[in-house]
Amino acid sequence: MSARSNILNKLRSGLAGSIPRPDDFDERLVTEPWQYAPEDRIMRLRNLMEAVHTEIHQVSSDNWPEKVAAILAKRDLGNLLHAPATDHGQQLAEYLQQSDSSVQLLAYDRPVEEWKEELFWEVDASITGTVGAIAATGSLVLWPDRHEPRLMSLLPPLHIALLRASEIEDNLYAMMQRQNWSAGLPTNLLLVSGPSKTADIEQVLAYGAHGPKELVVLILEDA
Amino acid sequence: MSQRIPVTELTGGFRDRAEIALADGQLRTNFRTAMDSLMKKRADAFPDEEEREGLRELGNRTKARALSRLPDLLEQLEAKLTDNGVKVHWAETTEQANEIVHGIIRARQGSRVVKGKSMVSEEMEMNDYLAERGVECLESDMGEYIVQLDGEKPSHIIMPAIHKNRRQVSKLFHDKLGVEETDDVNELIQIGRRTLRRKFMEADVGVSGVNFAIAETGTLLLVENEGNGRMSTTAPPVHIAVTGLEKVVENLRDVVPLLSLLTRSALGQPITTYVNMISGPRKADELDGPEEVHLVLLDNGRSGAFADAQMRQTLNCIRCGACMNHCPVYTRVGGHTYGEVYPGPIGKIVTPHMVGLHQVPDHPSASSLCGACGDVCPVKIPIPELLQRLRQENVKSPAEGAKVKDGGAKYSRKERLVWRFWRTLNSSPVLYRLFLWGATRFRKLTPKNVGPWTENHTAPVPAKRSLHDLAREHLARNGGQ
Ligand code: SF4
Repeated sequence: MSARSNILNKLRSGLAGSIPRPDDFDERLVTEPWQYAPEDRIMRLRNLMEAVHTEIHQVSSDNWPEKVAAILAKRDLGNLLHAPATDHGQQLAEYLQQSDSSVQLLAYDRPVEEWKEELFWEVDASITGTVGAIAATGSLVLWPDRHEPRLMSLLPPLHIALLRASEIEDNLYAMMQRQNWSAGLPTNLLLVSGPSKTADIEQVLAYGAHGPKELVVLILEDA
Repeated sequence: MSQRIPVTELTGGFRDRAEIALADGQLRTNFRTAMDSLMKKRADAFPDEEEREGLRELGNRTKARALSRLPDLLEQLEAKLTDNGVKVHWAETTEQANEIVHGIIRARQGSRVVKGKSMVSEEMEMNDYLAERGVECLESDMGEYIVQLDGEKPSHIIMPAIHKNRRQVSKLFHDKLGVEETDDVNELIQIGRRTLRRKFMEADVGVSGVNFAIAETGTLLLVENEGNGRMSTTAPPVHIAVTGLEKVVENLRDVVPLLSLLTRSALGQPITTYVNMISGPRKADELDGPEEVHLVLLDNGRSGAFADAQMRQTLNCIRCGACMNHCPVYTRVGGHTYGEVYPGPIGKIVTPHMVGLHQVPDHPSASSLCGACGDVCPVKIPIPELLQRLRQENVKSPAEGAKVKDGGAKYSRKERLVWRFWRTLNSSPVLYRLFLWGATRFRKLTPKNVGPWTENHTAPVPAKRSLHDLAREHLARNGGQ
């Protein structure tokens, strides 16, 4: 007998004579305490994310590349990983080109194996989009794909994320419903709620454990 | 000066280790400080009692519903994951699980493994198993890394290195990594970051645990703050997740209450920095992520607990650690005293099903039954009730047929006789009065030495007159008013 059938048989005999419990999931318990007026949503998100060292700027959807340039200049960073095939990637590249910026734009255009060393050690910053955010917990939702692969938001010490103000949901449940997650998830879906951190030594909070040391969120409002 | 924690040498039983731990001032300070702060953080994360209780109830029902259909859900999970390209393996024992993991590594000719935090891999003693076969298996959670570097075991399921302070870590890094000593926690963490980043890059295989496995979508959900979990599951070409078979939930929406309960109860955080939801290996057009993803479902005694409707509740556990943070015994003796993978209240109720009561005969009674664990448990496991049940199973005679692995570990005919005598005495008025009369008259004859009690206390001596006697006299004097 295989381990699989042994285990399943044991579990089935443990259930003999019992009936499955009904699905009485009460969504009010996970939504009602976490609802916000539209004007409070951004505030809630900001407060929670800033409390865990996230830098947040509210910018208009046509001049945000300027802000990116300023963020990089302030830190004196040499390169930025971006996704040229996305709208925001293009918008940024155009801006940096005409502004004579010295920042070198990198693209994640080959499999990780082909440039692992460089990707792990030499990329200063990355910029990715998000598919929204959750006000209740102060979380960004990242949906990595071919253009913005999984490691893009993890390896560089600085991660800049773009968030549309209109895509902030009240809570995780609302987000799942709105985007119909149960109909199909990407290979890797991420909620990111700040730069990486640890409190494993004496419970003292330290940022920049294994992932980004800094997270900057640009909230784009319609111009 | 920092000193080494002596209790890591797991000799003797719970009692011996507890004695050593209780005498270790540094250890007690480290735990007391940490637990006080974790308790406060949890309380602050649940400011609204009504909300908290509603959510705990929902958490309990969600887990109970999943368990009531466990075999079906496991099959559904397997089918969905297989569709998604994840390979599912089943293991009845930790030995089988280790063989599976080693087999996968061998097939890739791997020699370097990085691990995200996984208590199930601790259960399997995977590090040792793989090391014996020439595979380096490195912990990457900062706390786990520190503990592994010092050749220790975790002392807390969420904060593995909570028993150490910064000076001890600094000394350890200095000794093992040859870096300068520093009192700066940030610098210590950066040392860990640099060392481990190379390991993530070079690893052949990443191993992780699982917090929730979602049957509906075939998704493995992992929570963490450091990013090492994402590294371990994303950077190496192969990802192996190991999990207990109780981690499966029915629907994606079921994780909403459980996730909130988990991170708030564990660390007082509204959510962890990362919630990592993995639904498959790298697709043909993707540029990173593991080429292979495996899930190993481990039984290791869980189906035994499952067979007993009361003990089944232990499988509700979402491993938040709140019960140990609030446990007066755990706070005083620390995690290593338990001598097993899962310490504290949760350890006391799950370990017997894994290793049998013979190995942990003192665990069920190492509790004051104060009830704090049951009050804070986010999925409402009645821990004190289960401890009492284990105490009964622990002293069952062979004829009574204990229902828990190695039940009757503490059965003693002598003790049984004493209790039988005590029962007879207390249920016969004549005998009882006779006994009282004797005990009060001959009180001076009570033995001075009554077992372990008199090691730390003076021997009990009966009073001159019994309470019954005094009450009778009082009532007579006051005319029964
Ligand atoms: S028993 Fe309850 S409180 Fe303890 S770790 Fe498990 S879920 Fe948390």
